[in-house]
Amino acid sequence: MHVEPWLIQTFCAAIFCIGFAGVLIRRNILVILMSVELMLNAVNLTFVTYSKQLGHMGGQMAVFFIITVAAAESAVGLGLLIAMFRTLRNVDTDQIQLLRE
Amino acid sequence: MDISPVFFFLFAGLAIACSLMVILKKNPVSSAFALVLVFFSFAAIYAMLDAHLIAALQILVYAGAIMVLFIFVIMLLNADAPSFDMGRSHVGMRIAAGVAAVALFGVFAYAFKNTAMIPPVGEFTADKVAAAGGNTRVISELMFSEYILPFELTSVLLLGGIVGAVAIAKRKLVNTQQGVHHAR
Repeated sequence: MHVEPWLIQTFCAAIFCIGFAGVLIRRNILVILMSVELMLNAVNLTFVTYSKQLGHMGGQMAVFFIITVAAAESAVGLGLLIAMFRTLRNVDTDQIQLLRE
Repeated sequence: MDISPVFFFLFAGLAIACSLMVILKKNPVSSAFALVLVFFSFAAIYAMLDAHLIAALQILVYAGAIMVLFIFVIMLLNADAPSFDMGRSHVGMRIAAGVAAVALFGVFAYAFKNTAMIPPVGEFTADKVAAAGGNTRVISELMFSEYILPFELTSVLLLGGIVGAVAIAKRKLVNTQQGVHHAR
């Protein structure tokens, strides 16, 4: 039973590109944050694949630290989202246009 | 890599379908629940790749803590009632984003397919990890010896994250003659 490593890495690239498209096409900040989490997860799986392929634990240590950074990032990001909702009563990125007026 | 192709393609297909649902569903609650399924499929693939600690952390931190935070904020803001995007038309932007994503995927797939197989550089082959007491034990020993400085810096990062989140999200305190009261 065998799965080529490049197949797993291509699968990660697919998830990364889906997250990338999500950041570009969506205007709801919540969904944009979710797409960023998708991209972070795709990179994590690439790290683990290389860690297994190369027999080196550095990849899995990197994933551990990326998970910590992702947790801190989503806490601060959702705090920013709440502050934005309190000011604009909206979570739509098109409504951020204070500098245009 | 000697993992079961049936289960790999099952979980990979589930992850791709659910992540498409994350970015295409109108309702943020549907997106959040699709994202939970993506995290679980990733945890399964981590477990197949012998990264047992990472698989457990994936479920605890992502599917547990981060998703609870997301769903809590969705409910708190009541943001799920009307949908904001997709209805309005920025069709050109959406097509351009799709083309950019597909092109990026093409570049990645080409690069990964045509990279020569690198021989293993580290000493942690599957047999040696099993002999040393398993994945979790090996990672723990590395974390408290070779990677002790990044580990300690992580705690500083988390402290900064806590302080930042509280400072941004709390309501401003306004000093008045009568004392402190909460302003909107």
